[in-house]
Amino acid sequence: MTATLDPRAGSAPLAESANARRLVDLVFRVREFGIVAVLALLVLVTAAIEPRFLDLSNVQFILVDATIFALLALGETMVVLTRNVDLSIGSVLGLSAFLSADLFGHHHGISIVLVFVVGFSIGVACGFVNGFFTVVGRVPSLVVTLAMLYIIRGIDTLVVGGGQVVASSLPNSFIEIPRKTVIGIPILAIVVAAVVGAGAYYLRSFRSGRELYAIGSNPDAARLAGIPSGRRVFTAFAISGGIAGIAGVLYAARYGTIDSTAGSGYELQVIAAVVVGGVAIFGGSGSAVGAAFGALLLNTILSALYVLGVSPFWNQAIAGALLLGAIALDRGISLQLAAALRKRRTHLGA
Amino acid sequence: MAPDRIRSLLRWEVGLSIALAAVIVFGITASSQFPTSFNLFYLNLSIGEVAIMTLPMTLLIVTGEIDLSVASTLGMSSALVGYLFSHGWSMPLVIATVLAVGAVAGWFNGFLVTRIGLPSLAVTIGTLTLYRGIAVVILGPNTISTFPARYTNAGVTPLPHTGGYLSYSVGIFLVLAVVFGIVLHATPFGRSLFAMGANDEAARYAGIRVKRTKLILFVVSGLVCSLAGILYTFRLSTAVQDNGIGLELSVVTIVLLGGVSIFGGRGTIIGVVLAIAVFAGLQNALLLTNFEQRAMGVVTGALLLLSVLIPNVTAFMERGRDFLRRRELGVARGERAREAAS
Repeated sequence: MTATLDPRAGSAPLAESANARRLVDLVFRVREFGIVAVLALLVLVTAAIEPRFLDLSNVQFILVDATIFALLALGETMVVLTRNVDLSIGSVLGLSAFLSADLFGHHHGISIVLVFVVGFSIGVACGFVNGFFTVVGRVPSLVVTLAMLYIIRGIDTLVVGGGQVVASSLPNSFIEIPRKTVIGIPILAIVVAAVVGAGAYYLRSFRSGRELYAIGSNPDAARLAGIPSGRRVFTAFAISGGIAGIAGVLYAARYGTIDSTAGSGYELQVIAAVVVGGVAIFGGSGSAVGAAFGALLLNTILSALYVLGVSPFWNQAIAGALLLGAIALDRGISLQLAAALRKRRTHLGA
Repeated sequence: MAPDRIRSLLRWEVGLSIALAAVIVFGITASSQFPTSFNLFYLNLSIGEVAIMTLPMTLLIVTGEIDLSVASTLGMSSALVGYLFSHGWSMPLVIATVLAVGAVAGWFNGFLVTRIGLPSLAVTIGTLTLYRGIAVVILGPNTISTFPARYTNAGVTPLPHTGGYLSYSVGIFLVLAVVFGIVLHATPFGRSLFAMGANDEAARYAGIRVKRTKLILFVVSGLVCSLAGILYTFRLSTAVQDNGIGLELSVVTIVLLGGVSIFGGRGTIIGVVLAIAVFAGLQNALLLTNFEQRAMGVVTGALLLLSVLIPNVTAFMERGRDFLRRRELGVARGERAREAAS
């Protein structure tokens, strides 16, 4: 995909760059195929050993859990594409989950839409702070969002105090959101799939979406090419924050019980999902659909381990190993790809 | 150029000294408990392991790398101490094994970074999860606290002949700080770290073995963090899987607060030592004022942000004005365009 930025677009190199683009496209499509294949294999093997795995309720369970991660992965993808990272999403989710759920306790009969708006606004506000310090402060986003991870979690702790929101204080219509299904498929999963699809379409086909790839491929070149890098990166952080805010409201509806630790550690799982889904950690390539599949794959793996009776104590070690494996694989593929492109060019040139 | 840089570094350390004085004044006014030897010893205990871990982190950040897995390495080492000891190993053997495992953990980070060519940030986020996960696998929900008093006493009693002020952990830190200070500031090896932090490529062309040096630093980081893990276990006389969770933030914060540039190529051990005193003093003073301990993250995070923003505060303000003005201009332009269209 980065090859579309190839500046040498003369008449003869056109065919060459089209070839190169086909090759690049193929590799990325294969990359998403790869995840789906692994997912299918995992499901088949697990179901063969333990048929209970494919019970309708278990599948629904996995899908609903994965939707929250797939949503977060969409926001994180936008940030990672620009060669930045947002480590604060777990804390933003926690703060939004508590504050929005707390609204039900204080304002009886408050509209659910309004609660989602509040959650979204909290997230966007956090995203603004991240974006501002990253873009204007020129501080690496890693440092900014690491600091924000702890600041927002600290604020959350102060707000929550020792208390928690329990499911009984939430209205039924709210709790029911993740449980509603159409022909057995959770509505939430359908909505999130549509949102991810829309996000992927935006990134793929809109000018400002493409510019995120350009910024991640080469920040300096992007700026020289007249792309408003600062504003794009700022927007990416705002979107990532906003999505984390909405995910927080969904978390509240899903789990019902929210204390000050809600969502802690989610940032690493989401980054793992994004990287497993084929988004380059150095920015500039990857797709939102891949990231969503990455999230689904991680959740399915955890669920499969659980069903197969592997102790949940293994979860974290496996997630870490997967993340490292995905980064290494990503590096391997990009090296191979670069070599293949080079070879093709010299071959055609000769 | 060189005198300029020295001056700017000096300014940072002078600033830290002033901050330290302010923290001490704040502590004394906040509570009469602050200057007592009991409290200062407690302060020692609370910062010892973190202080030790800042030293290899300083060297790594100077070369332009980072190790976010330090607290997980500490946790894994602590879990391993508990596991091996509860399985009847003798303590000296346990300590030797754990140190070796720590070095291997650091080597693994370094291998992925220098030989496979992955960014250290991504690698150590991965091993942060992996090493913590291994700690969870090793211990599960168990707590092991049957360590011999000979070792655990070292965790909670002052070093002899220090008037009851210094803990063993801070004593070890001071010795290590001198060693790391000499290595960083007075040896060719140390100079080469600054060189590769300033420009990796140039350092390589100047004949510095960049990859090998970084690999060594990662191994040292793993080794030192496992030492911190052993001390941590003895201090609490408890091995649980979440020992030291989240401490990587404190370590990175202190190093950046100490004036080490996150982009590499700049920093001093003295600055980091001062930053440790500021950080520990502030935390301790806040605790004495009944500050909500669990919300300490707000303070730590804010310190981290400030320490990276302050060094270029003027440029930051300028860009901030630009950014806001450009946004306003953008809005104005959009309005004009809409008017023109209608």
